Amino acid sequence: MKRLMLGNAAAARGLYEAGCCVVSSYPGTPSTEITEEAAKYDEIYAEWAPNEKVAMETAFGASLAGKRSFCGMKHVGLNVAADPLFTVSYTGINAGMVIAVADDPGMHSSQNEQDSRHYAASAKIPMLEPSDSGESYAFAKLAYEISEQFDTPVLLKMCTRVAHSQSVVETGDRVEPPVRPYEKNIAKYVMMPGNAIRRHPVVEERTRKLTEYAETSPLNRAEEGSDHSLGIVTSSTCYQYVKEVCGDTYPVLKLGMIWPMPVRKIRDFAASVEKLVVVEELDGFIEEHCRNLGLDPIGKDLFPLEGEFSQNLIAEKLGVPVHGGPTLQENIPARPPVMCAGCPHRGMFYTLSKNKVTVLGDIGCYTLGAVAPLAAIEMTLCMGASISATHGFNKALGKDSEGRTVAVIGDSTFMHSGMTGLANIAYNQSNSTVIILDNSITGMTGHQQNPTTGYNIKGDPAGKIDLEALCRAMGFERVRVVDPYDLAACDRAIKEELAAEEPSVIISRRPCALLKYVKHKAPLVVDADKCKSCKNCMKVGCPAISMKGGRAAIDNTLCVGCGVCMQLCHFGALKEGE
Amino acid sequence: MTKNIMIVGVGGQGSLLASKLLGHLLLTRGYDVKVSEVHGMSQRGGSVVTYVRYGDRVYSPIIDKGEADLIVSFEQLEAARWIEYLKPEGTIVTNTQKTDPMPVITGATTYPEELIEKMKAAGVNVDAIDALSLAEKAGSSKAVNLVLMGRLSRYFDFPDEAWQEAISACVPAKFLELNRKAFELGRSA
Repeated sequence: MKRLMLGNAAAARGLYEAGCCVVSSYPGTPSTEITEEAAKYDEIYAEWAPNEKVAMETAFGASLAGKRSFCGMKHVGLNVAADPLFTVSYTGINAGMVIAVADDPGMHSSQNEQDSRHYAASAKIPMLEPSDSGESYAFAKLAYEISEQFDTPVLLKMCTRVAHSQSVVETGDRVEPPVRPYEKNIAKYVMMPGNAIRRHPVVEERTRKLTEYAETSPLNRAEEGSDHSLGIVTSSTCYQYVKEVCGDTYPVLKLGMIWPMPVRKIRDFAASVEKLVVVEELDGFIEEHCRNLGLDPIGKDLFPLEGEFSQNLIAEKLGVPVHGGPTLQENIPARPPVMCAGCPHRGMFYTLSKNKVTVLGDIGCYTLGAVAPLAAIEMTLCMGASISATHGFNKALGKDSEGRTVAVIGDSTFMHSGMTGLANIAYNQSNSTVIILDNSITGMTGHQQNPTTGYNIKGDPAGKIDLEALCRAMGFERVRVVDPYDLAACDRAIKEELAAEEPSVIISRRPCALLKYVKHKAPLVVDADKCKSCKNCMKVGCPAISMKGGRAAIDNTLCVGCGVCMQLCHFGALKEGE
Repeated sequence: MTKNIMIVGVGGQGSLLASKLLGHLLLTRGYDVKVSEVHGMSQRGGSVVTYVRYGDRVYSPIIDKGEADLIVSFEQLEAARWIEYLKPEGTIVTNTQKTDPMPVITGATTYPEELIEKMKAAGVNVDAIDALSLAEKAGSSKAVNLVLMGRLSRYFDFPDEAWQEAISACVPAKFLELNRKAFELGRSA
């Protein structure tokens, strides 16, 4: 059946048809939909794990037990899962195991632009790199064959433009591979030095065999061209841009398996053209391989190391003329992302900003608390760093910072990597204050359940971790819950917990305003006669409020009647709507 | 020959439904289709763009400067922001609605005046429509996307039934009547 599918949905279809039985992932843009789509197939057990390390270990356990498994994550998630990754390379697998990792060149929704291909080379795990949805589907299926043939997990490397583009896929039916019985094998699966020493040569031998596979596999294909003055080696979405610009003019070596790369195939291709050009986003990964083979390609001396490519970028670099469009002599204001109208984080950030508190932040929607006019967050590094860095900050400065520094972290991020930081505060005793922004969902990635929400990936009731009880069990005696729509309560909580001479946790609790079950109030109304144009209500940075004709105005299509701005008006000009 | 349509707007306005509908329609008309979307951080009220490309064989999933045959904009400022992506002979279908971005709300800058007139003066084919009022007339301000799809449909030779089938396939059943009405108001406006 021919269908238009998102790259991520196509990958999910591929693993479904390959007979994958167990999926465990942590959401992360642009990887999330692989697992969401996989969860729609009844034959697959799918779950959201608390983090990527747990997800990968769960998938490994399922593979060990004898059923095909999968875990998916974004590029930075693979850093979290790097520990099991490097050793599952040594143990190998029982049933096929596929790990999807999605890079985000151009950083549409990420904190860095790392190139995950290095992980394949570093952990010595084969990596397939599809260039559209059809390949995402086919490569996901093939990955299981490679996994079982070579006794290795296989990495499926997506990027934003492959993961979040739809193209045509011809789907098939699911196969049910027989369960591969689990057999006790201490020498293979217990990686203590004596055993691991014997597994390392197995890994090296496997790499030699995989390199031979890369020479003959149709994953890597040379396409003819009419003009041999140039030959282009490329992969992933760059292949599509190259074909868009060059058509069948130049020969193209399209790599679908990005590690290990073939040797003879690349040498033969290079020998058939006058000049070799490597087109790849981010690092010169293919280029470096070519240089190791003694070739001298044009690569990162011509193409950027940063950002996404496009057809025009490639055309310009190759000297093909491009035509721009009409221009307007006008200053077009930027439109950066903002916290939504009614976002429960807003009240807390406004209060922190007002109290001039140093706020060390974390990863999620609430990172937008760094944007003007709130501009509250002063540091964001990685999942969980808010808590550990606040502890370090306070250990460095002691009383000079303890009374005016907080960590802010979301509920899902807290479950992912915040608990260990909190344990460090409890254990090593810094007088730190942590604010858990509990909006009862994983927000930024598009509303995934997590261990604090009480529901699983299918929306069915599940275990629910009690944040207050958890913090108390770690030894925090000061644990309090506030409603972030109540600015006075937020103000009291912040002042009192910062003043306290012991570590504390404030749980700022209100569900995300975009959740379907959250009832919105009518939009607020402005009494124009009472509005003094003081712009106090604008200080919360709500996209639903603006000044129109010198008076505050509410955008009825956005306002959810949360009433936070109302609490800032000294003149009673903002009122609840009917 | 590959044709290029861009859908631009403010995150949260429903452009993903519009691209889903177009993708479905074009596939059923027998074309090779690629659609590229933006998920994640940018969806939070930021400037968002979706690319829809169709033809005999489509390679790149994105549209570059000077390549768009049609741009559908959910908001005036966004129309102006992406104007450079239009082909010289292309057309921009824009909602006349204005949504202030945060730098305007905070007073750091102002919302440019008379953008539609300025785009026309720059020689651009602009088809402006008050999609918000029509959506409200259809029953919900959230139906702006279907009003704009209705307007866009006038630039294609596809039969009405093909559009209706795509709407049925992409819109949840309980909102079908509302969306059909919104589409019709845009198509006949």
